[in-house]
Amino acid sequence: MTSTTTRLREITVNGSTVATASDTVDALVAEQGFGGVKVATAVNGDFVPERRRADTALAVGDHVEILSVRQGG
Amino acid sequence: MNQNQPLRTLGRTPQKSPLTLYGTEIASRLLLGTALYPSPQIMSDAIRAARADIVTVSLRREQARGRTGERFLDLIRALPVRLLPNTAGCRTAKEAITTAEMARELLETNWIKLEVIANDDTLQPDLFGLVAAAEELGKRGFEVFPYMTEDLSAAERLVAAGCRVLMPWGSPIGSGRGLANPHALRTLRAYFPDLPLVVDAGIGAPSHAAAAMELGYDAVLLNTAVAKAHDPVRMASAFADAIDAGRAAFEAGLIAPSDRAQPSTPVAGTPFFDLDPPKNR
Repeated sequence: MTSTTTRLREITVNGSTVATASDTVDALVAEQGFGGVKVATAVNGDFVPERRRADTALAVGDHVEILSVRQGG
Repeated sequence: MNQNQPLRTLGRTPQKSPLTLYGTEIASRLLLGTALYPSPQIMSDAIRAARADIVTVSLRREQARGRTGERFLDLIRALPVRLLPNTAGCRTAKEAITTAEMARELLETNWIKLEVIANDDTLQPDLFGLVAAAEELGKRGFEVFPYMTEDLSAAERLVAAGCRVLMPWGSPIGSGRGLANPHALRTLRAYFPDLPLVVDAGIGAPSHAAAAMELGYDAVLLNTAVAKAHDPVRMASAFADAIDAGRAAFEAGLIAPSDRAQPSTPVAGTPFFDLDPPKNR
């Protein structure tokens, strides 16, 4: 997929395909509406701490998980 | 004994030895899950009725533009409980380690209930993945609560990896079948007399929980049996009572079972009994 105006890359966020303009995990979290929300992130199965989101770059085909606390047994 | 003393207070002695998990003293020996309740209010009421000090939570995908996790966290943080996050649903050591790291960042706790699941039908723990994950998490400073089978060799490996509590299953998660292998649970208890041991999963009835406590287990972790009861709040209270009773029984010292009957009423002085049988009957 190409775009003449904005460079979008296709990645997977929480199991769904997303075309994103975000270059970093930090930008993606904000773009997905989680700015200021307490979430934890992982890229391709590796934990990305909050302080490293801004310098963790996203590449085409990356699998990103954005998780929060839920009911559990 | 004073006959006028209210019956409810009889025998309600304080616990001889409080439960300590990774250096934290825990008053309640019932650890409760937070899933499957009919409503958030009933969940909160059930946690209070259970008198639980520790409740388990999970990590799940946040919905786009949602704050579901924050709302749940606000609800649970209003209760006087300590949170034990789990790695439910993880199938590999790596998934579990990443989930543990994410949980630590969100909840600011080193505690992690470590689950590495091997099989969809039984939800039985993958002991190989469990040991691998426990070793790595130990190095990273986590305090691991491993959900395991009652396997003794796995237990030894987990203790060697730094686990200071073990959580063998009673029977498969959500099955409500109770203690499927009480002999192995007894063996594990005898083998690790000083290690906190928690029966986790498979408990269906308060009697199952009491049985685990009577075996000398330090605590019981359950969820479904309370959450899916017709009246979860009442059931939570029933489990709390059963666990108190089972613990008290263990501390009081149960009698050994015997194959033969032994009269409880004194034999001496039994009426109508003569050493010489009556002659004319």
